Amino acid sequence: MLGSLFYIIVFPGLIFLITFALIAEFIDRKIYARLQNRVGPPWFQPFADFIKLAGKEDIVPADSNAKMFKVAPIFALASAITAFLYIPLWKTSSLLSFKGDIIVVLYLLTLPTLAFFIGGWYSTSLYSRIGSVRSLTQLFAYEVPLFMGILASALLADTWSLKGLAEFYMAHPWFWVFNLLGFGVALISLLGKLEKVPFDIPEAETEVVAGGFTEYSGRMLGFLRMTLDVEMIAGSALLALVFFPFGLNVNPVLGFLIFIAKILFIVSLISLLRTVVARLRIDQMINFCWKFLVPLALLQLLLNLILKGVLLK
Amino acid sequence: MHNAPEFKIPIGPQHPALKEPEGFSVALKGEKILGVDIRLGYNHRGIEKAAEERTYIQDIYLLERVCGICSHSHSTCFIQAVEEIAGLAVPSRALYIRTIIGELERIHSHLLWLGVAGHEIGFDTLLMYSWRDREVVMDILASITGNRVNYGMNTIGGVRRDINPEEKQEILNGLKILEERTKYYIEIATQETTIIKRLSGVGVLSREDVLRLDAVGPTARASGVKRDIRADDPYAAYGELSFDVITDDHCDVYGRTVVRVKELMESYKIIRQALEKLPDGPLVVKAPRKIPIGEAISRYEAPRGEDVHYVRSNGTEKPDRVKVRAPTLANVQAVKHMLKDRFLADMPIVIAAIDPCFSCTDRMVHLKEQDCGSDKVINWPSLHTYSIEWHKERGIDFTQLNKKLQERFTR
Repeated sequence: MLGSLFYIIVFPGLIFLITFALIAEFIDRKIYARLQNRVGPPWFQPFADFIKLAGKEDIVPADSNAKMFKVAPIFALASAITAFLYIPLWKTSSLLSFKGDIIVVLYLLTLPTLAFFIGGWYSTSLYSRIGSVRSLTQLFAYEVPLFMGILASALLADTWSLKGLAEFYMAHPWFWVFNLLGFGVALISLLGKLEKVPFDIPEAETEVVAGGFTEYSGRMLGFLRMTLDVEMIAGSALLALVFFPFGLNVNPVLGFLIFIAKILFIVSLISLLRTVVARLRIDQMINFCWKFLVPLALLQLLLNLILKGVLLK
Repeated sequence: MHNAPEFKIPIGPQHPALKEPEGFSVALKGEKILGVDIRLGYNHRGIEKAAEERTYIQDIYLLERVCGICSHSHSTCFIQAVEEIAGLAVPSRALYIRTIIGELERIHSHLLWLGVAGHEIGFDTLLMYSWRDREVVMDILASITGNRVNYGMNTIGGVRRDINPEEKQEILNGLKILEERTKYYIEIATQETTIIKRLSGVGVLSREDVLRLDAVGPTARASGVKRDIRADDPYAAYGELSFDVITDDHCDVYGRTVVRVKELMESYKIIRQALEKLPDGPLVVKAPRKIPIGEAISRYEAPRGEDVHYVRSNGTEKPDRVKVRAPTLANVQAVKHMLKDRFLADMPIVIAAIDPCFSCTDRMVHLKEQDCGSDKVINWPSLHTYSIEWHKERGIDFTQLNKKLQERFTR
């Protein structure tokens, strides 16, 4: 009992996750800055930002539904953290697991977006409403390729649980190479989930100020920003497990280092992608997802079906 | 989206997309723009009136501050009118130096615009890169004139500072770097997929609309209208220099971007020629303190388009009337037309594409009282008394404070 409480709260749960998420935010911002020829923030900037926001007054708009407005950020953060607990990190087993937990993780990673929508919608500002409707519209475009990309890998392993998936790929090393197309699709979809350029349409500063976050301030804004960081880690950890399932079940220290390296690789890919492109329009984004990402994900599914018939007979 | 409710959102007077206060009230249906109302007047500074209260020499520095970016344009445009009234023959070395500063200013303005455009479409990398390179031209301007903006180079009858051989070499070295970078930007702007996606087909303004709405500068040239004061009505040294007027027939924001980056290359060409041909001679002719009676209109191709100044003198050392028509005023009506039936996401870049400078263009708005529709004009003394009464009603009385202050000063 005490052991699992330690796991959930300290390591690799809440405290480790939040620290790591903030460090990852720093790394993302630093790489982004260096690629743009800027100096970038000092390492403690994300921590300082969070502490500053936590110390500020929470302002709730008079017309808003105060209850929904206040609950949404906590709800978002909690679901992103919970998702992380289901993902095996450097072992084939995770803290919590059962048959079908892939679906639960994907569902838990969708919840923050819904919470952003609810928070934005109930804050009643026009900018927030446009932003939150945009984030929901975007959800329908990137979720399908993301799910298909990840489930294609699970299809090859013939399992619905992350544990089974990890065990399969440990037993069949180098099979992950076949899933690289799916990784590309899932990574680009992840940019949509994290609302980063080119898919930062819901919070496009020059159009809708800060989108759904416009009316948020103080601690609640801090939670929302932390949700995005935690989501980045949880999403990267999921991609790392599904698409790079190697170096699991080795010596814990080595395994931990491999895990960190995988996450940082994915985070730096995200920073690189958001440096080199401009923001798309919402209609262009939906077209792109359905015309390019979905067919590619379907191709990956087809490939895995054929592989399953040929290699695993 | 078809049944989305109609609503109005305010873009401005305070909004992250706008660098200066200006009101755009956008009627939306979902993401579609139904119509836009533009309201000027948030940044009116009464410069035209202030110019009448100052001498011609003081006015040069005042009018230089009409705009932070095209400061040289406004001061040159003003003194050209004054010199015409006074019948001064400006030495040709001064004209060449004015041309060089004018073109350096165009380079800095266009690079600034490129960065802003990048930011408006969420491409911050372009902003960081082009603003870094803009520092090269800013440094050149600072070392020639002593200032990064508001150069103070012009005076009636000539210029105040010379360009010596070392400075000439410095300009040429800087141009080499800038030219190389500009080639890279032309490549980016014409090849990067997301930029093309966001820019092409957005903010379409056909050739006929340009002529009907009288758009000027790169906005007009991007629709295939060859309208450039430097070539149409040469001033300063432009008549003796050879350059092309860049036009494009895309008629959209993409075309405006292409025109601006290509104009950068023309500017480098003009500066090189001007430095080479730079004649010897005096910098300035002596101008009379009192300008004889007369009036003149002067035109100048500012980075944003045609700038027009009208000056009327009454034989004293102060002008009788100064009228400024900044290029943004000519282009701002086109924005309304360009935004029709577009998406909200296109709004920032369409506004930015005319390279607006709202503080230059702002003018007095005559307000009518909303309830009764009658005019109300209030002069300075009555405004003063009104404000004292207004504060008194709210329990703040300044009369005691005033007395105390006066006692202190008299003591």
